[in-house]
Amino acid sequence: MNHVSTIDSSTGRTSVWRGLARQLGPALRLVLVATLVLGVLYPGVVWGVSRLPGLVDRAEGSVLDGPVASSSLIGIDPVPADPAADPWFHLRPSASAPDSATADLGPADPSTSGGSNLATTAEDLVTAVAERRAVVAGREGVAPAEVPDDAVTASASGLDPDISPEYAALQVPRVARVTGLPESEVRALVAEATSGRALGVLGEPTVNTSELNAGLVATRPGLR
Amino acid sequence: MSDTAAGLLQLLVLLVLLAAAWRPLGDWMARVFTDERHWRVERAVYRVGRVDPDSDQRAVTYTLAILAFSLVGVLVTYLVQRVQGLLPFAKDAVEPSVAFNTAISFVTNTNWQSYIPETTMSHASNALALAVQNFLSAAVGMAVAVALVRGFTRSRSGRVGNAWVDLTRAVVRILLPLATVLAVVLIASGVVMSVRANVPLVAADGSTHPAAIAPVASQEAIKELGTNGGGILNANSAHPFENPNGWTNLLQILALLLIPVSLTRTFGRMVGSMRQGYSLLAVMATLWGAMLAVVWTAEAHGPGATGGAMEGKEVRFGIPSSVLFANSTTGTSTGAVNSMHDSYTAFGGGGVLLNMLFGEVSPGGVGTGLYSILVIAIIAVFLAGLMVGRTPELLGTSLGRREVTCAAIVVLTMPALVLLGTGAAIVLPGTGDAMTNSGPHGLSEVLYAFGSAANNNGSAFAGLTVTSPFFQIALGAAMLFGRFLPIIAVLALAGLLSAQPRRDESAGTLRTGTPLFAGLVTATVVLVSAITFLPALALSPIAEGLAAVPIGALP
Repeated sequence: MNHVSTIDSSTGRTSVWRGLARQLGPALRLVLVATLVLGVLYPGVVWGVSRLPGLVDRAEGSVLDGPVASSSLIGIDPVPADPAADPWFHLRPSASAPDSATADLGPADPSTSGGSNLATTAEDLVTAVAERRAVVAGREGVAPAEVPDDAVTASASGLDPDISPEYAALQVPRVARVTGLPESEVRALVAEATSGRALGVLGEPTVNTSELNAGLVATRPGLR
Repeated sequence: MSDTAAGLLQLLVLLVLLAAAWRPLGDWMARVFTDERHWRVERAVYRVGRVDPDSDQRAVTYTLAILAFSLVGVLVTYLVQRVQGLLPFAKDAVEPSVAFNTAISFVTNTNWQSYIPETTMSHASNALALAVQNFLSAAVGMAVAVALVRGFTRSRSGRVGNAWVDLTRAVVRILLPLATVLAVVLIASGVVMSVRANVPLVAADGSTHPAAIAPVASQEAIKELGTNGGGILNANSAHPFENPNGWTNLLQILALLLIPVSLTRTFGRMVGSMRQGYSLLAVMATLWGAMLAVVWTAEAHGPGATGGAMEGKEVRFGIPSSVLFANSTTGTSTGAVNSMHDSYTAFGGGGVLLNMLFGEVSPGGVGTGLYSILVIAIIAVFLAGLMVGRTPELLGTSLGRREVTCAAIVVLTMPALVLLGTGAAIVLPGTGDAMTNSGPHGLSEVLYAFGSAANNNGSAFAGLTVTSPFFQIALGAAMLFGRFLPIIAVLALAGLLSAQPRRDESAGTLRTGTPLFAGLVTATVVLVSAITFLPALALSPIAEGLAAVPIGALP
């Protein structure tokens, strides 16, 4: 245990600094080696693997083929040309929606990401939830109590592409009415965009709005 | 299937996977750190570094090597951010106070982020500086833990191993292979790996929106495996590009628990008694399970009439997969998030905060969890020894004044930093303006920030704006001292233990490695944090939670 007492003695203090200085050379050389191997080689190899066919589309953001080049991973709420004849399945509120949007019900800005960070007890959140509930209920022509929770809350990323099956079902009658499609056909499109839990138990059932709205455009190209 | 049933089955899948990995990974890590031979690639590293891999270092030398390594890490990480305008994928240089805070944050394994990654950090800075430190800071944690374990296994030595060898092996034999496999699996599951600055996306209405994209997968893998947590995108593991579905979510939770949990096996193997490993694992699992129950219950019951339970959560994760992630990321000092903790209910958010204030032992970070729980075990043995009048001994070492002093420094550093930092922040003007939320929840935001920094977790109640000079410096200091004071004390402890003659167990020895001892250690964790933090918690999450109860509902 003599090494402990050398720190305590007055001569030991300088030797600690000298000892530290002695380690700086190896430290610098090893950090530089690590920067090369872990900072260049490792991401380079992983990027190389990601270029393989079958992986590259996912690595580049799972962008959909077809007329609507949206990503199945990124949700951007579509804005109807005429709010009175709104053909779109709408997404959740987003913290990055433009300031002009009512209570954040509007298109997200995918160049950034994040949530509102409002506490559940915050006055601002309570007001916003009530406002969103009224807007969604009015748009769908239902009682405010029927609006599901995900429709009135901003997601963590602001880019949530998914809505709950309940929120999708709530929007089916309006979308059918505006697009002129039979409700059964709209429900079939919703079913196509619905995923269950991964492996039956992981995560939650979702309706992917990017795929769903792209499906609408494919069926009714005149929508845009 | 109901949400809860699916959530419980998902929990079961996670536990089965962890249990399956525990033995082979734990045994492998024990072999890595006791192997007499060097791999050829490691010899090359030692030659370039000009270090002697066969020297057995005294605790002081080992400590100085770790400190020098981290100091150089801070300087290089700072420098890369400052010159990123001259590097490929250039962005404007990161401003000095942010670069300073970030350098400390990533070298200390905290990954606290006082910047918006999409706009501030270039691909080159992420890869060359931040991801590199994700590997190296995790390796430092493992090295320190292994050095402490050697303290228990050696007799009359005073030497604790070779820091350069431990660091190199942790990267070459454990972190890099695991990260490479995980990164490829993540890409195959939908995580992005693109060097473009952005991808133009067309919405259904025909409008075009450039979406930020990055080489995520390679950094995502080590972000979780090294219990680092720093997002390459601002929303972190809530961003669909980082964590696109329920499957990647489970993989990420598994990755962040994998090494800290398996290190208990490594410990048992190295000290030659599996019971000791089981005992520590039981403590970690009990705390993790109890906190999961608290957070899950609080979130499932939601905020009541306002109906905001999904605020700050993603539909694909819902409540069960969000709370499982939140509990694991705060229990492991990772700090990645797949939901916004600031928008959790009072008791849900208080639960994840408490997970950090336990001192990151449920199961704690890579290496840091093991050495922190061993220090708590020393405190527990000491307390028990005082109570029943037995000699405080642990694994054949006797715990005298100096050993217990080292342990006490480790245990007291974090609460001192958290409480002094929070107290200073609250009395300063301007802190109120930095909060998104007012009242008790505002205090929670500040307490969470210092709890996260001093425990090197890195998650946030992100409503707090932390770009003022006070927060950049105070949180930077909390990260720095919260990391290195305990490391210095732990390595000093390792040296003291290693220098002792090994004693045989006698009738007077308190038996460790038993359920009773596991209970004692668990109680010590809870007691120490309750004594230090209960007053502060009473004013923040507890006050907020009770205030939310309608008056009529009170008895």
